[in-house]
Amino acid sequence: MTHLPAISLAHSATLIAAVFTPWVAVGIGLLIGFFSCYLTALSWADLTYVLPATAIGNVFVALLSRFWLHEPISLERWAGILLITVGVGFVAQGPPLTERPPAEPKAVLQEEQVL
Amino acid sequence: MTFSYFAVTPGPWSATAMIAAIIVTSTAGEVLTAAAMKSIGDLDDIRAQSGMKGAIRAVVTCPLFFAGVSFLALSFFSLLFALNHLNLSLVAPASASLTLVTNAVAGKFILKENVDRRRWVSAVLVCIGVYLLAHGGAAFSH
Repeated sequence: MTHLPAISLAHSATLIAAVFTPWVAVGIGLLIGFFSCYLTALSWADLTYVLPATAIGNVFVALLSRFWLHEPISLERWAGILLITVGVGFVAQGPPLTERPPAEPKAVLQEEQVL
Repeated sequence: MTFSYFAVTPGPWSATAMIAAIIVTSTAGEVLTAAAMKSIGDLDDIRAQSGMKGAIRAVVTCPLFFAGVSFLALSFFSLLFALNHLNLSLVAPASASLTLVTNAVAGKFILKENVDRRRWVSAVLVCIGVYLLAHGGAAFSH
């Protein structure tokens, strides 16, 4: 986006044109991919399991900027990377979904399949 | 983006209010989206039964899902609003990390999820970690 000319609210058509620039289009496509994966995860796992687990993305961004873009990482950031990694590893060892009594129709369906 | 409603730098109360607005809207969005996906059911099962189109239709025809996405959009705009008035080095770490804790609380009391000690500890660890990661760059910016 920083390579594009500055966009003002008076010329909002330029904002729509920006959507079709290759890098922006790829970014939007990847964001849609992220959101559909996130929704799929939420359909079978708890929010309190999915949300901390997706925080590992912050670690990947930091490591990519360190080894690909050669950006320096301060001691404070290394501590952050360590804490997120430990936290995600911790939550991932637990059960992903709260145990609930199965809904009636589903239970009947399962019994039929067994028979 | 030099346009600003405030003639002076916002004080601690309005700064807190702006960050609180981001956290409240994003927590509401996450909880509503999670509730919507739970009400729809396992997407893998739906996809196996009625294909990818059926799975997409199941999601986009759910009113709860739209409520959730609206709140997430609202949270994005309140983030932009806050960034217009406050420093990125304050807003980004504060909003990203506190959201994890408020979501753990909302998950326990609204979604009735089983937030055991393991999940509390990991929410707090990730919260501090995200704060350090988002804030740690400030050392290089000046």
